[in-house]
Amino acid sequence: MNITLRVWRQKGRDDKGRMASYELTDVSPDMSFLEMLDVLNEKLTLENEDPVAFDHDCREGICGACGVVIDGEAHGPETTTTCQLHMRSFNDGDTITVEPWRATAFPVVKDLVVDRGSFDRIIQAGGYISAPTGTAPDAHANPIPKPDADRAFDAATCIGCGACVAACPNASGMLFTAAKVTHLGMLPQGQPERDARVVKMINQHDEEDFGGCTNIGECAAVCPKGIPLDTISQLNRDLLGSLGRGNG
Amino acid sequence: MSENDLYIEGAPVRDEKAPEGPINERWDKRRFSAKLVNPANRRKLSVIIVGTGLAGASAAATLGEAGYNVTSFCYQDSPRRAHSIAAQGGINAAKNYRNDGDSIHRLFYDTVKGGDFRSRESNVYRLAQTSVEIIDQCVAQGVPFAREYGGLLDNRSFGGVQVSRTFYARGQTGQQLLIGAYQALERQIAAGTVTMNTRHEMLEVIVVDGKARGIIARDMVTGEIETHFADAVVLATGGYGNVFFLSTNAMGCNVTASWRAHRKGALFANPCYTQIHPTCIPVSGDYQSKLTLMSESLRNDGRIWVPKEMGDDRDPRQIPEEERDYYLERIYPAFGNLVPRDIASRAAKNVCDEGRGVGPGGLGVYLDFADAIKRMGRSAVEAKYGNLFDMYQRITGENPYEVPMRIYPAVHYTMGGLWVDYDLQSTIPGLFVTGEANFSDHGANRLGASALMQGLADGYFVLPNTINDYLADGPFERLDESHPDAVAAKEQVTSRIDKLLSIQGSRTVDSFHKELGQIMWEYCGMERSEEGLTKAIGRIRELRAEFWRDVKVLGTNDELNQALEKAGRVADFLELGELMCIDALHRRESCGGHFRAESQTEDGEALRHDDEFAYVAAWEFGGEDSKPVLHKEALEYEYVEMKQRSYK
Amino acid sequence: MANSTLTKKRSTAYGSTVALKSAMAVSGVVLVLYLIAHMYGNLKVFAGQEAFDGYAEGLRDLGYPLLPHEGFLWIVRVVLLASILIHIYSAAVLTIRARKARGHRYAVTKRVQRSYASYTMRWGGVLIALFVVFHILHLTTNTIAPGGKSDSAYERLVNGFQPEYWYVTLFYVASVIAVGFHLRHGIWSGMATLGLNKAPRQGKINGVAVAIALIVTVGFLLPPMAVTFGLVS
Repeated sequence: MNITLRVWRQKGRDDKGRMASYELTDVSPDMSFLEMLDVLNEKLTLENEDPVAFDHDCREGICGACGVVIDGEAHGPETTTTCQLHMRSFNDGDTITVEPWRATAFPVVKDLVVDRGSFDRIIQAGGYISAPTGTAPDAHANPIPKPDADRAFDAATCIGCGACVAACPNASGMLFTAAKVTHLGMLPQGQPERDARVVKMINQHDEEDFGGCTNIGECAAVCPKGIPLDTISQLNRDLLGSLGRGNG
Repeated sequence: MSENDLYIEGAPVRDEKAPEGPINERWDKRRFSAKLVNPANRRKLSVIIVGTGLAGASAAATLGEAGYNVTSFCYQDSPRRAHSIAAQGGINAAKNYRNDGDSIHRLFYDTVKGGDFRSRESNVYRLAQTSVEIIDQCVAQGVPFAREYGGLLDNRSFGGVQVSRTFYARGQTGQQLLIGAYQALERQIAAGTVTMNTRHEMLEVIVVDGKARGIIARDMVTGEIETHFADAVVLATGGYGNVFFLSTNAMGCNVTASWRAHRKGALFANPCYTQIHPTCIPVSGDYQSKLTLMSESLRNDGRIWVPKEMGDDRDPRQIPEEERDYYLERIYPAFGNLVPRDIASRAAKNVCDEGRGVGPGGLGVYLDFADAIKRMGRSAVEAKYGNLFDMYQRITGENPYEVPMRIYPAVHYTMGGLWVDYDLQSTIPGLFVTGEANFSDHGANRLGASALMQGLADGYFVLPNTINDYLADGPFERLDESHPDAVAAKEQVTSRIDKLLSIQGSRTVDSFHKELGQIMWEYCGMERSEEGLTKAIGRIRELRAEFWRDVKVLGTNDELNQALEKAGRVADFLELGELMCIDALHRRESCGGHFRAESQTEDGEALRHDDEFAYVAAWEFGGEDSKPVLHKEALEYEYVEMKQRSYK
Repeated sequence: MANSTLTKKRSTAYGSTVALKSAMAVSGVVLVLYLIAHMYGNLKVFAGQEAFDGYAEGLRDLGYPLLPHEGFLWIVRVVLLASILIHIYSAAVLTIRARKARGHRYAVTKRVQRSYASYTMRWGGVLIALFVVFHILHLTTNTIAPGGKSDSAYERLVNGFQPEYWYVTLFYVASVIAVGFHLRHGIWSGMATLGLNKAPRQGKINGVAVAIALIVTVGFLLPPMAVTFGLVS
């Protein structure tokens, strides 16, 4: 199939950036979206044009490195990561617009590459259980009801790709933050730090210039890992509880 | 080309650190004999850790917590993305929660045997001992392992062992363990004990007076070439499966850190030991960039077959039963479709070589669930394998409930790596190597669910109890960037980058990488022969020469330049590939992941030669365009009897 | 890039986005309850002028003699005003933060999940605010009196929605529909913000949100429609 790509090109953080158009012929429907970009880059290189920079690594949908907005949708038309999106989801003759995640908290580094260090800093603020190596009791010391363990797991599958932020009209990082608050908050090991954790993480979230949540659900709808929207409600409840107990 | 033209044999090498005595007391003894560092002095001691996968993140978190001054590096934009995250199956531990006869000794025994008797007994025993603590530690961190209704941890059996000792978190165990280690690491970053450098690639190790004292790293955003010093350097940089271009590794996985250390004097052990996983989704075209693994568990219910006739390209559903060859069931009636990874992989290659492969390029075999669906019903199959079927459908666009899946083996893990002693120290003092980057625990073949165990054992428990023995002699002399060895290392890095950017040839980096991968896969893949390996060495040398003459890298060093990053990595793969072939050529036996066509039993099974090859082949860099030097480390087995494997 | 390693410290979470949202949610609850009571009162119009005016008058003496004349009404007015101010203030702050958080806009956007209701919360809110001002001037203070001034609430209503003042009716109808949409997403969102929105309950919360939105919309539309079409005169 033949396609036209409109790709955001930006040389560096301080460059203004622009859209550029490229024609690609003989695209196989079995290619992944990123393989299609590989083909584009091979072509650009041979034509002495700077290849398009994009983040990617595992290409099996788990590392969370890849992610672009395709025709206005984070990770494109399928609910999966960009690396697992295949060209068979498009039609011959399509014009496909490719943009980086847009958020103040994710500044563009180059072309489609953004800096998601803000997510790491949210985790640094409190997204952990303080369990120094070697201090752990036996793994069976603390039975955990299966539904709690399952919910913790569902929340813990977040890959930190940032699609939730990209898709949110407010560029809110609430689903990411809520996933971690829920993961750790569902487990008995996470209780001692629960009140402090949510306050610290929300403060950092706001500090990073993410927007607030308006419960629209765009984040959960594009999340490649299906993080449930109600984790945000759980976060809200935890925060209000914590504030009520004077942990502001 | 005879072998003697390819390498020189040097003096044997020995692990001096493993204590003598009963195997179950050795780790205690070593921890006791190792010198300690007073907590107040740790702050003055600095450690560089390269890589933030399970081995790197856990080590950084633990050493930071202990009070050392740690600086961490990763090439990804966040430490959470290291490729440990992609491990699916699980992590072994000798907890014996199932009361099914498991013990530390049995895990030790299974691992040595699974490694085809090419690993060190002392190291493997220690691995089995620490496995127990790993699970405790991970649970305490909040890793959501699968649980039963009683609230206790669930286990499953894995990879042909007879006990259930594998802990898992659905099909995402690696992810959950890595996130646990990552969170522990981020906690230390917030505490100020670890300084994190993301999007940094280590390009050289700085060796001063024979000791590893730092690294040269490139800031991948600005292109700045930075000099970092420390009292010790730890490489936790993973495996080198990407030398094959197509593998289940992440696109960025590379050998550069290990290879640069090798060139500075660290021995590289058993480079030819490569694990090839039988159940991957096959290549669909020459644009293919990576291969995706599907859990081995599919072989529990799926039946593997190819058409009996060559070139039979009918729709598989139209091929009648009597014209199908269920070759694993035919050749291995006792184990059938459940033979170990190496055997299943090779059998698939053999039928494809006969021209009976299916799908594009004839590189695939059918994995058919039609019988399972008939027997168990579609919903039962869906419940058990639904997520894998979905993944397959997403990638191939075919519905595996209707049409048999196509699978083909793919490079998955490399057992070889930098040589280390019992303390995980390489032959460069002060340079430690952990996780997949070292060679020590898996011999010639790794068992399922053991990679995660080793990475975390090294990072949480082994290294933090051995590195102190080295650091106790520090802090070493303060260095600054003007030190001649640091200047020289930086100069090496910049001149190499300048060279890559100045060639401005006609071929892209990827085209070289793909060609190298084809050579490696053809001649140093599932089956190796003297003729093929000799040919491969010649072709790799030609390709390397062409690379340095004709590669095309656009842009400059002073920006995010992904082609430049790749070029440096491929340049190192082009050197490693040759060493792998030399190692494979010199080892005239078959063992584990290394199958030499010349060394097989009458039935075509791997044949070891313990009298000649029961050693670790540790290679020393001989110098630019000079032969590598082979140092042998003899392997002795006191606790496990060496046997030939059989699965008929 | 060298990641800045130490996290910045924000002093308190009382001003966080989540706290602001909670303020919106709580003030929203007050306003929804008021709307329901207000709608109930409006429907008295179908019981005739006497009943309607009597009800309006009765409100002024509610709680009397414990409270002075119109005392209750003033309490309600103060609470309402406070709720509206909190609601608008939070919305404004959150909107400004959201604008800032997006930074560069997308060239192409596509709605995946957001409903029309959620999509129009902000502009719908502005419309409602303008309407409330007009509405008070029209029917409470009678400063604007399209069909002539009157001391009778019933007459004010009937005068205001005569067919010849169709534009008044149209504005009213449009605003009430906007209120409906606002409630549709607002109730759902408020419940989520207050931490009540758990997955098994989401169906119910959505149902309640739709039901209240519909009831309030229809309830407020009935009296003016009845006037316009001559059922009440």
